[in-house]
Amino acid sequence: MKTALYYRTKRIGINVIIHIFLLTVAVTCVFPLAWMVSSSLKTQETIFKDTSLIPSEVHFENYYLAWKEGGFGRYFLNSLLYTVSVVFGIVIVSSLAAYAFSRFRFPGKNILFAMFMAAMMIPIPGSFVPLYVLLNKLHLRNTSLGYILCMINVGLSTSIFLLKTFFDKMPKELEDAARIDGCSKLGIWWNVALPLAKPVLAVVIVFNALNVWNEYVLALIIFDSKPLMPLQVALMTFQGEFITRYPLLMAGLTITALPIIIVYILMQKYIVKGVTAGAVVG
Amino acid sequence: MRIRDTLENYVFVLPAVVIFSVFYIIPFVWVVQLGLYEWDGILPTKIFVGLRNFHEIVFQDKIWWQSMWQAGYITLIALTLQNALAFLLAWACDREIRLKNFYRLIFFIPPVLSEVVVGLVWQWILDGHYGLLNHWLSAIGLGGLARNWLADPATALTAVAVVHSWKGFGWGFLIFLAGLQTIPKELYEAARVDGANAWSSFTRVTIPLMIPVAMLVGILTVLGTMQAFVLIIAMTGGGPAYHTQVPVLRILAAMRGSSRFGYACAQGITFGIILMAISFIQYRFSRKARQV
Repeated sequence: MKTALYYRTKRIGINVIIHIFLLTVAVTCVFPLAWMVSSSLKTQETIFKDTSLIPSEVHFENYYLAWKEGGFGRYFLNSLLYTVSVVFGIVIVSSLAAYAFSRFRFPGKNILFAMFMAAMMIPIPGSFVPLYVLLNKLHLRNTSLGYILCMINVGLSTSIFLLKTFFDKMPKELEDAARIDGCSKLGIWWNVALPLAKPVLAVVIVFNALNVWNEYVLALIIFDSKPLMPLQVALMTFQGEFITRYPLLMAGLTITALPIIIVYILMQKYIVKGVTAGAVVG
Repeated sequence: MRIRDTLENYVFVLPAVVIFSVFYIIPFVWVVQLGLYEWDGILPTKIFVGLRNFHEIVFQDKIWWQSMWQAGYITLIALTLQNALAFLLAWACDREIRLKNFYRLIFFIPPVLSEVVVGLVWQWILDGHYGLLNHWLSAIGLGGLARNWLADPATALTAVAVVHSWKGFGWGFLIFLAGLQTIPKELYEAARVDGANAWSSFTRVTIPLMIPVAMLVGILTVLGTMQAFVLIIAMTGGGPAYHTQVPVLRILAAMRGSSRFGYACAQGITFGIILMAISFIQYRFSRKARQV
């Protein structure tokens, strides 16, 4: 006869199997990163012999060397500058447009909105080729401004979509009250609509920030001069030039990955929201 | 007053429309135009060649088709292995279970990292001489299996595909989990009252309700994986001897390597059309599946 004890044991057994499965996958997710950090703390002599995850001697000077000698300090600041400027640009430009698409009436509104949405659906693989030609013509190639404008465009459609969907559901009473008080349209957008849209703005900011920080190919074709390069391109260049300097390379990778992981852990809620919202778009 | 009001409305959309026109519409038009020319990207003279670039791609460029099949192979592995794993993990997490939030946090770490970081770290782990994988294999007595994973034509493509799946399964996991959580608990209870055991409520309730979600994840996986290439640059650079080339890498090579801008654009159009065709077919399939 099957007793209560039988069912309890069975349930615990199933739970244990599930946890073993989940934990195994979790370990494979984290291990390569742990190995990256561990390798960044070894020296050029020990890295090929010392295969333990916890290094026998810890060498933090790799980070100093990577930051100064490898130039990653400079590239880090470049990446930071690009990320902040692009995200700021996207927030202003896309929230202005999304607010107008949601609240105002003007000729051509539907066509313009459809245009932005179509851009999300139509893939143009290799769009970096005409962008290169275009930036050359505008004398914006190998400039920070050229890269920033390109990246603002990359994030525009999705951000407009997310913000418009939010504004459509947002009650209009507060805006009406502000209008009666004599507030201008721009004033209402800035003082009333944007503060109310904070939850969706967080999604827009986090997603675009990750996207810009991690972007590689546009930066590769736009920047020739090293002092302008962001981290991702600089890492590949460094790896191409010093193919065996693994401790420094791993320190550079850690410097690149760490801010992303910190932002991710702090903003996880918004990322999960963004993924599910993004899935609805597709 | 009316006119002023309308003009004011246009001010709101103007910055977005200007940026979009310059950096999306102009490049879009130029891709189509340049595809009909032979041009090195520098000289002011472009030579009109009609559809010759397309003819060359379709009938002569063997490496292009090889790269297409290789992208297809990576996509096949992502569709099966990666999505099966994503679904199993989501299913395992969709219950009263401890550490659920912890797992959810960890599984999405690979997707937030850049392809360059992931590619270079895995390149170091898979390194033929000093890599950790070979070290472990010889430590457990399987030294015979050790090889230069990314330089060996027999393993390079699969290695890239597995790392791609490792980086990507977190997306599917989150979408599947969100989907599973929308299934009302009453359905499972009703199934149990009707005498269904765990397995049959899984196959009769969970699976049918998840088909639309699976279709969605499928479309996103195909479009994302077919166009993935930065991870490959970081791991193999497309080698050994074209064995890990994919279409977008060919476009980049035509532009930067052989300075054939027109040909690169023609490749982009060809690939874009193929991708649209694939997603259209998948969309029709998913509509059919939804009607069942």
